[in-house]
Amino acid sequence: MSEPLKGIVICHAGLAAALVEAVERITGETGGLVPLSNKGASTESLCADVAAAVGEGPTVVFVDMPGSSCLHASLMELRARTDVAVVAGVNLPMLLDFVFNRELSPGAAAERAVNAASRSITTVSL
Amino acid sequence: MSIVLTRVDDRLIHGQVVIGWVQALRVKRIILIDDEVRANAWERELYSLGVPPNLEVEFLSVDEAASAVEAWHQDDVRTLLLVGDVDTVVRLCDRTQLITKVNVGGLHEGDGRSQRLKFVYVSDEEATQLRQLGERGVKVTAQDVPTAKKASLDDWL
Repeated sequence: MSEPLKGIVICHAGLAAALVEAVERITGETGGLVPLSNKGASTESLCADVAAAVGEGPTVVFVDMPGSSCLHASLMELRARTDVAVVAGVNLPMLLDFVFNRELSPGAAAERAVNAASRSITTVSL
Repeated sequence: MSIVLTRVDDRLIHGQVVIGWVQALRVKRIILIDDEVRANAWERELYSLGVPPNLEVEFLSVDEAASAVEAWHQDDVRTLLLVGDVDTVVRLCDRTQLITKVNVGGLHEGDGRSQRLKFVYVSDEEATQLRQLGERGVKVTAQDVPTAKKASLDDWL
């Protein structure tokens, strides 16, 4: 069996760490997600942080929103990688889905996670 | 006058700009002024990601921007000029007298730079360039987000 996917969560301020902690508390799954903050980072230093966090091997990178420095740094650093998928608009249901599907390819896991996230966004009648 | 902000921010288009400043100043157009980005289609595409559909974005070189400043100044579209470094904003101000205020919004740690504010690191050369801009009548202030207090040049250089 191949090595399970890594997930890197990159967000503003302390959001990534909070999301990863929430996933661990809900699922009990640890080690599958690594949080990274852009706080105080320049584009160059964030690119270096992204490279260090992703390392080698198949990975899905989750960033908080399109148009953010988190996405820019990820794409700048990882655009040549064929074993990495990048998802923008991370939310908790997306990460909950991901940690239970780390045996998939990066592209397949990313697509599943996006679908899970989309399904979770809904209005609720009172 | 429809140039509502001229900002120096080495992250260029990012959250503070497209969310914070665009909302606060009701910006309808961002002009990203950077010779390297202007010449690189992939970087232009990258910086276009996440720009809301109701917000126009253009990528120009310093020379192209200097030629267009008067038109932006006179038209009705609320416009934010965005540059990534001190040298670029100085070159822009060298070419037009219509930039009268500059917002330093984010310059991060780098070679030869020292910290002046939480979100501003500049080298001695950049500090001199900014002081010279001020002496030429350009009001240079530092402010990362719209709700923060502006810091005048004398407060941090």
